[in-house]
Amino acid sequence: MASMRDIKRRRASIQSTEQITKAMKLVSTVKLQKSKAKAEESADYFNLMYDTIASILRRSGTIEHKYLKAGESKKKAVIAVTSNRGLAGGYNNNIIRLIAGSEELPAEDTYVYAIGRKGRDGLARKGYTIKADYSEVINEPMYQDAADMTAELLDLFTRGEIGEIYLAYTFFKNTVTHVPKLVKLLPVEADLSEGSAEDANLLMNYEPNEDEVLNAIVPKYMSSLIYGGLLEAVASENGARMTAMDSATNNAEEMIEKLSLQYNRARQGAITQELTEIIAGANAIG
Amino acid sequence: MADLFKLQIITPDRKFYQGDVEMVELTTSEGQIGVYAKHIPLTAVVAPGVLKIHESGEVKEAALMSGFIQIMPEQVTILAEVVEWPEEIDENRAAEAKTRAERRLQSHDANLDVARAELALKRALVRLEVRH
Repeated sequence: MASMRDIKRRRASIQSTEQITKAMKLVSTVKLQKSKAKAEESADYFNLMYDTIASILRRSGTIEHKYLKAGESKKKAVIAVTSNRGLAGGYNNNIIRLIAGSEELPAEDTYVYAIGRKGRDGLARKGYTIKADYSEVINEPMYQDAADMTAELLDLFTRGEIGEIYLAYTFFKNTVTHVPKLVKLLPVEADLSEGSAEDANLLMNYEPNEDEVLNAIVPKYMSSLIYGGLLEAVASENGARMTAMDSATNNAEEMIEKLSLQYNRARQGAITQELTEIIAGANAIG
Repeated sequence: MADLFKLQIITPDRKFYQGDVEMVELTTSEGQIGVYAKHIPLTAVVAPGVLKIHESGEVKEAALMSGFIQIMPEQVTILAEVVEWPEEIDENRAAEAKTRAERRLQSHDANLDVARAELALKRALVRLEVRH
């Protein structure tokens, strides 16, 4: 049995760890609320953008456009959204596993555009080529960041250096459920099955023409997907950290309870032993 | 009184405007248009310009920079990347941007991206116009 002093020291150390995890949990709770509100506000824009793209494609199913078919290059680009800090449970690892485990993205043919240091380092270890690192962005995502990234990737796509563009991020379903997702950004693939028949009958006009409108809208569509993904990812990160820190705090409490019990038992044992010794001594004299 | 229709203006960060309006005026890549209720369905690309929202009896102005507009008979949606109310515009910054763009256009630099400088000038002018 460990000595009383050892148990006491260990309990104190766990107590201070608990204080840290508790504080981190509180901080991420506050951050979660903020980022959740932000993600929800941007959802409207994104949903409308998606509807518009889908309805253009639905009405003009035969349209030929450079953004609608895959480029000839075998190279693919993936934007990997993770976090700069750890202690968020499986949050970062899920994204890394998702990319490494997908058949579309083999390590030798994939360029990684990393947002978040954890994902960058993890993917580099798995043999992926890190083309660019925008890790600062995840601290405070702005729409302009997404637009800049879109411009860079579209340029590569247009020049034929990459054939497909993907986005990997964690979808924020609710506070406790976060789903890692891999989305194809280019070529544009909208789900054509949904949408009402009435919608399809409506004759839409495009000014100046469909081609130009697609030219202008696709970059905005991509930016909004990336921006939405960033906001969702930030919310998920804080949610994941909150859950992780919550269970860490619970575990610490459990350990402290167990150690307290052990400590009290050891103390009791020591007192009993001392008493026995005194009584035995007194008996010997008497 | 003219018929009203629903106008929605949405940016990536917020719902900029939502309400029933009589007419909305804006600039597209093909020129200025004014939209009343029951307009033909149209999707167009927005160019920098002054956005005028005619509510019944009141006109609101804003600086609309980029995005696109989707017109349906009963509803008009503007997905704007950048749009600002007059009180959100920093006048000094806009004036500075205007001077900068003008200087760039006059510099006769061979590497000058004329289209980009003109767009910057246009944006500054729109901001200043809305602000006054």
